[in-house]
Formats: sequence, structure tokens, C-alpha cells
Amino acid sequence: MTATAPRRTGAVTPGRGTTETPPRRAAIAARTLRTDRWWLQPLVTVVVLVLFIAYSTVRAFQNAHYFSEPYISPFYSPCITTDCEGDTFPELFTGPSWISPAIYILVIPLGFRLTCYYYRKAYYRSFWQSPPACAVAEPHRRYTGETRLPLLGQNLHRYFFYAGLVFNVILTYDAVLAFRDETGAWGHMGLGTLVLLANAALLWLYSVSCHSCRHIVGGRLNSFSRHPLRYRFWTVVSRLNAHHMKFAWVSLFGVAFADFYVLLLATDTISDLRFF
Amino acid sequence: MSYDATFRVWRGDAAGGDLQTFTVEVNEGEVVLDVIHRLQATQVGDLAVRWNCKAGKCGSCSAEINGRPRLMCMTRMSTFGEDETVTVTPMRTFPVVRDLVTDVSYNYEKAAQIPAFTPRPREADGSHRMQQVDVERSQEFRKCIECFLCQDTCHVIRDHEENKAVFAGPRFLIRLAELDMHPLDVVDRKHEAQDEFGLGYCNITKCCSEVCPEGIHLTDNGIIPLKERVVDRRYDPLTWLGSKIRRRRPD
Repeated sequence: MTATAPRRTGAVTPGRGTTETPPRRAAIAARTLRTDRWWLQPLVTVVVLVLFIAYSTVRAFQNAHYFSEPYISPFYSPCITTDCEGDTFPELFTGPSWISPAIYILVIPLGFRLTCYYYRKAYYRSFWQSPPACAVAEPHRRYTGETRLPLLGQNLHRYFFYAGLVFNVILTYDAVLAFRDETGAWGHMGLGTLVLLANAALLWLYSVSCHSCRHIVGGRLNSFSRHPLRYRFWTVVSRLNAHHMKFAWVSLFGVAFADFYVLLLATDTISDLRFF
Repeated sequence: MSYDATFRVWRGDAAGGDLQTFTVEVNEGEVVLDVIHRLQATQVGDLAVRWNCKAGKCGSCSAEINGRPRLMCMTRMSTFGEDETVTVTPMRTFPVVRDLVTDVSYNYEKAAQIPAFTPRPREADGSHRMQQVDVERSQEFRKCIECFLCQDTCHVIRDHEENKAVFAGPRFLIRLAELDMHPLDVVDRKHEAQDEFGLGYCNITKCCSEVCPEGIHLTDNGIIPLKERVVDRRYDPLTWLGSKIRRRRPD
């Protein structure tokens, strides 16, 4: 029936509209009858995300210990003010010294993750409880979803994706620069180089597996056979996309760990394990 | 290998009802629907339950088992402990007719509102040609058995009856996606998806994908691609400009 019924001419009675009192649902008072630990997943999500937000906020405002030759923390790259430690990126302007250089740039990765289709699911469920778990009633009286501002802004995801790609290039460049030693001579590799390389690789995987990327490389086409190359791209991205949630979490931990490693080096808590 | 299980089954109608407790025999290899049928045959002859194929293909026996939207015929009793109480209730999102039977006509009303498949003109030899790769994505959604478990679990209408007027539900959002991706179809349903069928209400929390007995990836393969297509049309000035200066083919 749903396949071919012409619009509003099906053998089905038209909608009742909103004027008539809707027929009654089954009277079940319990918010949910689920017997499993449905609250565990949103709870873990809240705890982990709050820990990350707390750590990254402290580090972003700290404005110190983010550079240890030749490594720069991903929270501060690209470092674009003249106050920056190190010289991994052109210094574009002089900002007030009390503003951390991280503040200028973190809006891009933050925006990319905030508007990400996976993270939306994660924080709508855990923070906003809309819904906390499947078939568990949400606590809100009204619900309009992403139909109005500010949540209509989630549709900007693809622009954060494009900007995030630029950041990935810069962070990959940072990892390449980490093959220099303290004096700037090439031919060095330490554990920090591996950490920055792994961080860049995870960020690429997270970005490329994104739903917007999947749409842009080929998902928007209706005829794959006329675009065989884009179909190949779409197939690869679709395969990665199935693991988007995994990449979202692992790359989040990766960024925090890379920053933490640089923090430990910059405060002389540990010294870098040097391979050559 | 039989044992006596404790079942709590919701009994009543639109005027009211409650969960009633029964002790009923369960045999090895049975599913919840078998036990409900035994209950009907031995203890409560007037228990109302809708069912047809007992093979997970007709989509009739949708209910909520221990609070989770499931097909009764596809829920094995071996997934529960012998001392576990099994609670069976009708789908909460739809008006109840009686006992486990709900009135799902909301879904048929929404289905009838969707602009039908409109193919481009036939080719010179009278055929409609398309490649398998072109139609593969749409075919995933054709697996739908219309059990309406996704509609039942979707919090947009489950928790907010008033949204039924403006939201078609995941089953019909993937129907829109299926038609929009179809290589032969010529109707643009993107604006309607947003304005009339409430695509923006979906906050992609993926419960529809979790409950689908056919394993359809409603969110990843249907609703999110449809949202991205709407972004192309409505929220992406670059794509809009590209289509205006004809650098971008309306594919």
C-alpha cells in the first residue's frame, strides 16, 4: 500500500487532525518496564564527557606547558599568536596576553564534535535525556527536536567538517615536524612523535568516517553507476562510517592523551623515550 | 524440558486496564508468542493478541516485552531466566484496542500522505533501466515488514502525542529516503520531508535502528542521508549557489 498510493487518495481515512481527542493509550503508569541497566550507558557517557570537558577546559585556559621541543599539544595547534611557544605555525597576530592561544582555535574541533551525528545521539541521550534510553520516557513536557534555533544549527556540521580537515592537515604537519630533534635537525623519533602521529591518524579516521563526508563524497548521488569513482569513495567511507562511534571516542581519548603527554614533558615530569 | 514461568500481561482497553500475573508452562524452543497462545488456550480465552506468520515476516505481533519493543514471535524464551518474570504490554505509542492489540492506523494515514513513486519516462524500447548499485540503497528499506516497532519506540511521538500531527516517524522518513535515493524517481521530496513530515524532529538517537527486527540501519542509511540532502537544499549556500550556476547537476 505504501508503495504506490497516490497522495491523499489512498483507501485510508484522512488524519484526524488535532481537534479531536486522541483515542486512549494503554494505561501503564511506569516510566519504563525495562529490567536491564538502561541507565548505565548514559551515566558512563556523562562521566567520561564531563571528565574530558573539565580537563580540556583547564588545559585550554592554562596557557602554559603546551610545547616541549619538538612537540606541540593538539589543543594549541595551530598556534597563531605571537605569544606562542615554539614555531610550528606562522604567528598571525598579537592577542591580549591573558587570552590563551587555544581559545582562538578550539571552536573548530569543538563545533565539529558538538554537531557530529554520533555525539548528538550521545549527549541528547545522556545530558538532555531525550530519551535517556530506548522506550524510557523522557522528562520533558514539550519536544521540538532540531526544528528551531539553536538546534537548527546542527545542520552546519559539514562546514565544521571542512574546517576540521584543515586542522587535521596542520596536526599531521605537527607530527611530521616531530621527526626533528630539539635543535631542529631532522632524523629524530621519540615516543612523542608516535603519540602525535597516532593522534593525527585517529583524527583523520574520525573525520573521514563522518556522515557528512559520506554524503559529500557520493551519498548525494542517485546514480552511482554514472560516477564509479565517487561510488568507490562512498563505499570506503561507508565502511568506515560503520565505526564512526568507535573513532569518535578513541580520537577524543587520543587528543587528551597527546596533550597530557606534552604536559608531562613540558613540566619535566618525564623525559621523552627516544628511538633515534 | 518444561518449566512454569511467571508472566505479567497487560489486560484492558481504552477505558483502563492493568498488568495481570499468570503462571504458564514453557517448553524448550518456544518464543513469547507461543506462551501467550498457551495462556489464551488454557487460562484466558478472551485474551486479545494480533499475530499471523509466527516467522518474523508479517509484522503483526509487535508488543513490548520487559519494556522493550519486540516481535513476540522472534523473542525466544531462552533469553530469559526460568525465574524471571516476563512482562508483556501493548505498544505504548498507539491507542489500545484491547489487551495486546493496538490501533496502528496513524501509520497508514502517514503512509498515504507520502508523494508516491513517480518514475521518469520510459526509454525508447519501453523499458526502465537501472543498475543494481543505483538501487541497492533503496532496497535495504524495502526489507521493512511494517511492524511499526520503530514508530513505537521513537520518543518524538511515544512521549509527545501532540507531535503525531507533524511527525511521520522513522518508518516513513526511510520511505521518503528510499524514494529520494531511487534512480528512476523524479519527485523532489526534500522540502516536504522537512516541512510536512517533520524530519527536523528526529534527533538521531537511533532507537529505531536498535529495535528494527529486520536490522535496517534506519538512522545511518536513511534518516541521516535524508537530513544531509535537506541541508543541500536549505542550509548550504555553496550547494545552492552551485546548482544556480549549473556547475552542479541536479542528481
